[in-house]
Amino acid sequence: MKVLTDNWDLISEGFVTTLKLTLWCGLVALVLGTLLAACRVSPVAPLRWFGAAYVNLVRNTPLTLIMFFVALGFPKLNWNMDYFTFAVIAVGGYTAAFICEAVRSGINTVPIGQAEAARSIGMSFNQTLTLIVLPQALRAVIPPIGSLLIAMVRNSAIASAFNVHDLFGTNAQMVENGNDVVLVFLWIAVGYLIITLSMSALFALLEKKLAVAR
Amino acid sequence: MNLRKSIAIAGISALALFGTAACGKDGSPEEKTPEAPASNATGGGAPAAKPTVPTFTVKAGVDLSATSPTWKKAKDRGHLVIGAKEDQPFLGSMDPATKKRSGFDIEMARMISAELGLDPAQIEFKTIASANRETALQKGDVDMYVGTYSITDKRKDSVSFAGPYYVSGQSLLVKKNETAITGKDTIKGKKVCSAKGSTPIQTIKDKFPETTPIEYDTYSLCVDNLLSGQVDAVSTDEAILKGYAAKDPDHLKVVGDNFSVEKYGIGLPKDDAALRAAVNDALDAKEKDGTWKKVYDATLGLSGSPAPTIPAIERY
Repeated sequence: MKVLTDNWDLISEGFVTTLKLTLWCGLVALVLGTLLAACRVSPVAPLRWFGAAYVNLVRNTPLTLIMFFVALGFPKLNWNMDYFTFAVIAVGGYTAAFICEAVRSGINTVPIGQAEAARSIGMSFNQTLTLIVLPQALRAVIPPIGSLLIAMVRNSAIASAFNVHDLFGTNAQMVENGNDVVLVFLWIAVGYLIITLSMSALFALLEKKLAVAR
Repeated sequence: MNLRKSIAIAGISALALFGTAACGKDGSPEEKTPEAPASNATGGGAPAAKPTVPTFTVKAGVDLSATSPTWKKAKDRGHLVIGAKEDQPFLGSMDPATKKRSGFDIEMARMISAELGLDPAQIEFKTIASANRETALQKGDVDMYVGTYSITDKRKDSVSFAGPYYVSGQSLLVKKNETAITGKDTIKGKKVCSAKGSTPIQTIKDKFPETTPIEYDTYSLCVDNLLSGQVDAVSTDEAILKGYAAKDPDHLKVVGDNFSVEKYGIGLPKDDAALRAAVNDALDAKEKDGTWKKVYDATLGLSGSPAPTIPAIERY
């Protein structure tokens, strides 16, 4: 407990940063992931290629490498942003590739007749997707997206290596100042559990709410 | 049905194509960046004209078996086991290809080993993370630890220290052509980089509120950022900075007086007073006969910074 009270400012600041990272990265990942999924099922071939290329490039590259490229490569190309933004781009962009695949698998659970019916009454591709297919797909993708976002929270710890003072990053200073390593990691783990368990609960609730009697 | 099927097939083939192409293309260029400076230093080595590390002759007739359990264990084993760092150029570094270690701290360890009558060529070096140094000494995983190990009262509770053999302190590393930063009083409004959570970065945050601290996991990232102009200075112990400057003396220099005092000692098991006395004697003798200075000139001295005063041994 002493480790927690002694370093309260540091830990709470780190906790808030991780929470902010979670929100921003989650937002980027969900929006970008859904757009990518739309690309991957679109009737326009170049869009499909782009979607597939993005997913396969980003999903098959270690996140550390992506973070490294964004945080150290972008400034060399004169794209200067603060380190928090870099982290959001890297972690959000990485998670988006996985979200895209989850959403796409969700789209595939919607019977093809639904899309055909929509098209036959004259809906455009966009209308078919946003009004008919995605709302039905949403139900199927809630559990996998929940898992992916929880993985994202844990992955966000990587940002601490690049000047983002997140929850995980607080360990270095606490250990340097002579706090017990085991206790330091225990409290950091508790911090992450608070975030991830709340997310699990939220997604369980969503799943229940969106469920339909079959 | 047909449309979806063909999309799926196209998707799978695209996946296969990109999967193989992407790996090679994307992975290699980024990964090279952090490695490049390190391999330069270790691969290049010192040209013939530069001072070379002296060879240490093993002292004959040393016998501490009656008084020092650690020495006896090492003698029975045939060699010392010494904890060190592997990521500090010209201080404690290891060539990833040849596994050969070099640097000021490593040579200090070899020098002491020879003085204790144990062949320095036989030393088994172990890389020990900073956080685990006390534990490794207490558990007997290593006989001694030589690696920018600052003597502090708190650490004296769990281990003992011979030395100090070097007095360092927080300083600044800047580009060779830097004129605006000359010391700690000139870093206002500048970006100063150091290792995440380390004591130096905490000092920057606490004592220099108008300076922008940048924290990375490693100093090599900081130095890379310094060379590319993303940060204005790197700050940590002057000995570590000298090591980086020695690696790239054409582009880097250490400036200003130290603004803290770190006394580097040889970490030893707490209860082995005889070994501590013997290591102190060894340091004393080798500092007096000029060997210490030769080691400095061949390692950290390559940075262009002159040798600091050798600190007096603090026996306790």
